[in-house]
Amino acid sequence: MASRFVAFTSLGRRALPNQWDVIALSLIFGLFVLVARGSHDMVVPLPSPDSAPISLDYAYLPYYALRTTLRMFLALGASLAFTLTYATLAAKSRRAETVLIPLLDVLQSVPILGFLSFTVTFFLNLFPGSVLGAELAAIFAIFTSQAWNMAFSFYQSLRTVPDDLAEVCEGFRLSSWQKFWQLETPFAMPSLIYNMMMSMSGGWFFVVAAEAITVGDTTIKLPGIGSYLATAIDAKDIRAVLAAVVMVLVVILLYDQLMFRPIVTWADKFKVELSASQATSKSWVLNLLARTFWVRRAAAPLEGAFEWFTSLRLDLPRLGRRRNSSPVVSRAVDVAWVVVIGLIAVYGAWHAVLFIATTLSWGDVVQTIGLTLITMLRVVVLLTLASLVWVPIAVWIGLRPAVAERVQPAAQFLAAFPANVVFPIAVVGILTFHLDPDIWLSFLIIFGTQWYIVFNVIAGASAFPNDLREAASNFRITGWSWWFKVMIPGIFPYYVTGALTASGGSWNAAIVAEYVKWGNDRVSATGIGAYIAQATEAGDFPKIVLGVGMMSIFVILYNRLLWRPLFGYAERRLRLG
Amino acid sequence: MLEEVKGGPLLEVRHVSQRYKGGSDEDSPAVLDDVSTQLSRGEIVGLLGRSGCGKSTLLRIVSGLIRPSAGEVVYQGEPLTGPADGVAMVFQSFALFPWLSVLENVEIGLKALKIAPDEARRRALAAIDLIGLDGYESAYPKELSGGMRQRVGFARAVVTHPNILLMDEPFSALDVLTAETLRSDLIDLWSEGRLPIKSILMVTHNIEEAVLMCDRILVLSSHPGRIASEIRVTLPHPRNRLDPIFRQLVDNIYALMTRRSTTKQPGKDGLFPGTGIGMVLPRVSTNSLAGLMEEVAAEPYNGKADLPHLADSLQMEIDDLFPIAETLQLMRFAELEEGDIKLTGAGRRFADAEVDARKKQFGDHLMAYVPLAARIKRVLDERPSHVANAARFREELEDYMSEDYAEKTLRSAINWGRYGEVYAYDEDNQSFSLENPT
Repeated sequence: MASRFVAFTSLGRRALPNQWDVIALSLIFGLFVLVARGSHDMVVPLPSPDSAPISLDYAYLPYYALRTTLRMFLALGASLAFTLTYATLAAKSRRAETVLIPLLDVLQSVPILGFLSFTVTFFLNLFPGSVLGAELAAIFAIFTSQAWNMAFSFYQSLRTVPDDLAEVCEGFRLSSWQKFWQLETPFAMPSLIYNMMMSMSGGWFFVVAAEAITVGDTTIKLPGIGSYLATAIDAKDIRAVLAAVVMVLVVILLYDQLMFRPIVTWADKFKVELSASQATSKSWVLNLLARTFWVRRAAAPLEGAFEWFTSLRLDLPRLGRRRNSSPVVSRAVDVAWVVVIGLIAVYGAWHAVLFIATTLSWGDVVQTIGLTLITMLRVVVLLTLASLVWVPIAVWIGLRPAVAERVQPAAQFLAAFPANVVFPIAVVGILTFHLDPDIWLSFLIIFGTQWYIVFNVIAGASAFPNDLREAASNFRITGWSWWFKVMIPGIFPYYVTGALTASGGSWNAAIVAEYVKWGNDRVSATGIGAYIAQATEAGDFPKIVLGVGMMSIFVILYNRLLWRPLFGYAERRLRLG
Repeated sequence: MLEEVKGGPLLEVRHVSQRYKGGSDEDSPAVLDDVSTQLSRGEIVGLLGRSGCGKSTLLRIVSGLIRPSAGEVVYQGEPLTGPADGVAMVFQSFALFPWLSVLENVEIGLKALKIAPDEARRRALAAIDLIGLDGYESAYPKELSGGMRQRVGFARAVVTHPNILLMDEPFSALDVLTAETLRSDLIDLWSEGRLPIKSILMVTHNIEEAVLMCDRILVLSSHPGRIASEIRVTLPHPRNRLDPIFRQLVDNIYALMTRRSTTKQPGKDGLFPGTGIGMVLPRVSTNSLAGLMEEVAAEPYNGKADLPHLADSLQMEIDDLFPIAETLQLMRFAELEEGDIKLTGAGRRFADAEVDARKKQFGDHLMAYVPLAARIKRVLDERPSHVANAARFREELEDYMSEDYAEKTLRSAINWGRYGEVYAYDEDNQSFSLENPT
């Protein structure tokens, strides 16, 4: 009977897992097993410091990479939780906003790497005798490199939710919880995901620095790529360093393909745009999952649970922005709020000064100012050099779509690569050729961050309007005037975005780049970064506080006085379209 | 639920006033001033007026999205304190969630009501069916044309079975043909009694649309928004735009909206709100001004044109046409009377003149009839440096109007002054001067 046969096969085709299920399931279960293995080892007791658990055998590398990746994702999860709460509070409460946003701005500028020694001590004391304390310290260090820009982007999205959509939610009387999941979070999604990717790149730099850390007499080496690298450096094993480099490349490639690419593709639907955009991203993983049957079936209850969770009414108490009592009372509370915050700030500053003053004097302050100026000079000169080299090249690439298409992913990839992994190689060069570290170590500062300039300028040049290019060539504008009247103003907003990111990264890099080790050889340049790194090694906490504090003040001033005005100008006057 | 007395009003607006945000004192300029009206079951009421007359504000007050500064809205016997059950809105911009499919967009209207998922799905599908969106359930808004998107907007509002449907210029973002189809579909559903709705309140700036759809039209005057007149339309649906009675109604409303204010305040010119330097100027380009003068001066109008006719042939809505015509009136290039525009002698001379003569004449009229421009010029003349910062004028304007309007007014003064070559403006340092760059 033909009809029955058809029914049977169609039934069979539905119920049996298809080949895509097999592939997807092996991916998913593989992931589960890896996570379980990695996390199991996180809570074992701390081995004695001299047992040296890190092996330079290549066979251990994938396991170390797994541990490192797990740390990064845990930190990313923490950053996400922080973002959803902190930024929401800042966006919904006017009073919280007055404190939280400046705080975020400062946290963004502070070279957190300098505080590593403090957080490590804190977490070790929290869980004495267990690896967990050290793990948490490392995760916290990564968290501090990831959270701020994510929170900022989420806050900005919350403040720019389209009015009409907000009115729909209010008109249909959705509770603030429902509105958060139906409107605000989806609206913020594209920029949040972009910032998560940037954060992940930034996190690599920290994980390498945070896994193997020496504070005074305590040396901690958590199993991971960072510790592997540190061990390789101690042993002067250049082959092991290269192996670590390759491993990092592989891991970055994997999580990009398996995680970020699918998420970015999926998040395309959250873009608020009038028509379907031309360039849509593609992901083979997402296609694979879409073709499976069992996996999708298995995911349905999860989806349902999430749906139920976000549809709860949960009438949370409304935070300040809408309901105001009498203006006089409200004003009085405002003043009280500012006074309380001010007092806390003064108390904190006073304590910091007292702490520094226990062992240090004005002479140290003057010294750190001088050192910070030297580091600033280094950052400025190298950014200028990098710009002079890369802007023309990036423009050349960006104006050729075929080339740009190939170079752009490479540039983004290089930006994600933790430059400190290759520092030892540079040190070997400096030692071999007896180069001046004050000059040659400087290049390491910009080594990892120059790529931000490259890929932003490529994006800018690709987006440069074709009619303006045609007009320029029609009126035969060439040479200097082509650069200064046509191209540079056109790419300027993109350049500023790239250079701003590069500059922030460079300050952080200075702490690692100005003081580099190779076995027992130490190469250091004069600067605040080396000052902080040496103080950390010696466990001299007042010096660390002074150094990081001074650096933070300089970074904040430098950003406020140089980058913010430039950014404002570029957005106001030079943004095309 | 309270069942109202049969025939009694569904909703009542009582002495509602609304002032600019931040302006809590009595003399801050009003958006709406003492508006009272009511909505009965079975009627479509139109709020007709130009941009800035507060018609959208009034709609949002009725919806409960905004609380009025004074007065109250009474719905089902209770004063309104926030968005109420049974009042749904359709937006000019459609306001669809781009990440939700058509079906999910419609279901969101039921999220706040505790309705079982199955029941919600059934009602959403019924609404989609009713509005003619069958087959589009799983499409995303960005895949749809404007007309289809607005149908989703209608379905989302209808799914809650509201007593009152509020529509904020629902057709103005659509092209002419699409808008006409949607209008007639909606009116068909309404007259056949298939919509689960008791009354419709719609905002529009399109006079023909109001006459085509509404049973009652409230014409709002601007600055402050007041109900200037109320017109009943008793023509049966479907209405014919070419019907002489229809045309007559449209002409009457044009005349009503161009009539000079009867209670003429001293020093008040034309129809713009405010007096002297505090007058709100519309953003109108000098090209549009010159273009309209040329159009009216030429055949077939020869200096005098019927506004509905002109609007029709230029394909302009009153929101575009009125500000231009009124600016011409303010500068004494034309006069508006009973729905007609008539060029003055100066207007005719302008239309015939060459570029330099036009600029000269425009500059002279600007100095004579636009107080803000004259003020800027005087300040520049008085100062030895002949330079003045824009911020000082902006702050002065903000004493009379909201920040937005102050910015718009200043922009107009800048553009008109530049064309008339009375003063120059440097965007980089935001300052006026008498010197043009040499």
